[in-house]
Amino acid sequence: MPSNDERWLDAEAGPVVRPYALTRGRTRHAGEAFDLVATVTTTGGRVADPGALAPEHISVLQLARVPTTVVDIASDVDLPLGVVRILLADLRELGLVAIRAPVAAKPRQIDRNTLREVLHGLRAL
Amino acid sequence: MAYGHYDAAGMAARRHRAIKILLAGGFGVGKTTLVGAVSEIKPLRTEEPLTARGARTDSIAGVERKTTTTVAMDFGRITLREDLVLYLFGTPGQERFWFMWDELALGALGAIVLADTRRLADCFPAIDYFERRDIPFIIALNCFEGARRYAADDVRIALDLDPDLPIVMCDARSKESAKEVLITLVEHVLSVADEPVSSSGI
Repeated sequence: MPSNDERWLDAEAGPVVRPYALTRGRTRHAGEAFDLVATVTTTGGRVADPGALAPEHISVLQLARVPTTVVDIASDVDLPLGVVRILLADLRELGLVAIRAPVAAKPRQIDRNTLREVLHGLRAL
Repeated sequence: MAYGHYDAAGMAARRHRAIKILLAGGFGVGKTTLVGAVSEIKPLRTEEPLTARGARTDSIAGVERKTTTTVAMDFGRITLREDLVLYLFGTPGQERFWFMWDELALGALGAIVLADTRRLADCFPAIDYFERRDIPFIIALNCFEGARRYAADDVRIALDLDPDLPIVMCDARSKESAKEVLITLVEHVLSVADEPVSSSGI
């Protein structure tokens, strides 16, 4: 019988890495939770000490100049979602980004007009 | 627009709507194929701290040592309009990844349960999950070559599904077919959505 470690560490699970070095070991972010399709937008604010930002923070800020979702940012900067969340929460604390909740947070909460727009959009693909 | 002026209000007014659709199903049922057929595939990694039972935690000077496993997810994006984007998330079927489902499911438009008629039982956990959380879903039968074609009604009985729940045959490799699956889901969600409550008080 495989040990617990072996069960978790197969090829499908991906390589074992330490992406949290970037977040100085933090695995949870500060402040209010946000959805993975929440929209992130830069506020245009300035940070007093740019040295406080890691290059990854800067990359995230550049992507969020136009409203961009958390998942799109994670995908484009090629960092795991959890790491990107921590970076985003840092930027929010510094007042550099606003994170806006998606259209729905509960089942069956998307309004009919949006659903119809989705339907038309799909048919036109 | 004034040059160099950051128009934050204008940006906020044009609301960017991001909508999640989940794609569930057993391993090897064609989730990756379906996402690729209909959307722009994007790499997405998520991660999970490994806290194996019995593993010793080394805490050195307050620095948390964490071993993390990254999990590649099926993730695709369909831009319907500049301000309306669908995100498809393939939810890994194995139990050990279920920690991700709750978050993915939060506020999702609905779910597609992709099934293989040769291994129908693989989609039981997904069906149970969506039923318990009142997330609208449909069944899409990926018609693998060589697989026996079952009538939708036989599958409905085998899976003990509601008579109104759509079951569609699909070819996960085909864009048109994958599109039809998505359309069927949205039509289903519209059909079960509550009619807007009249504000006139009548």
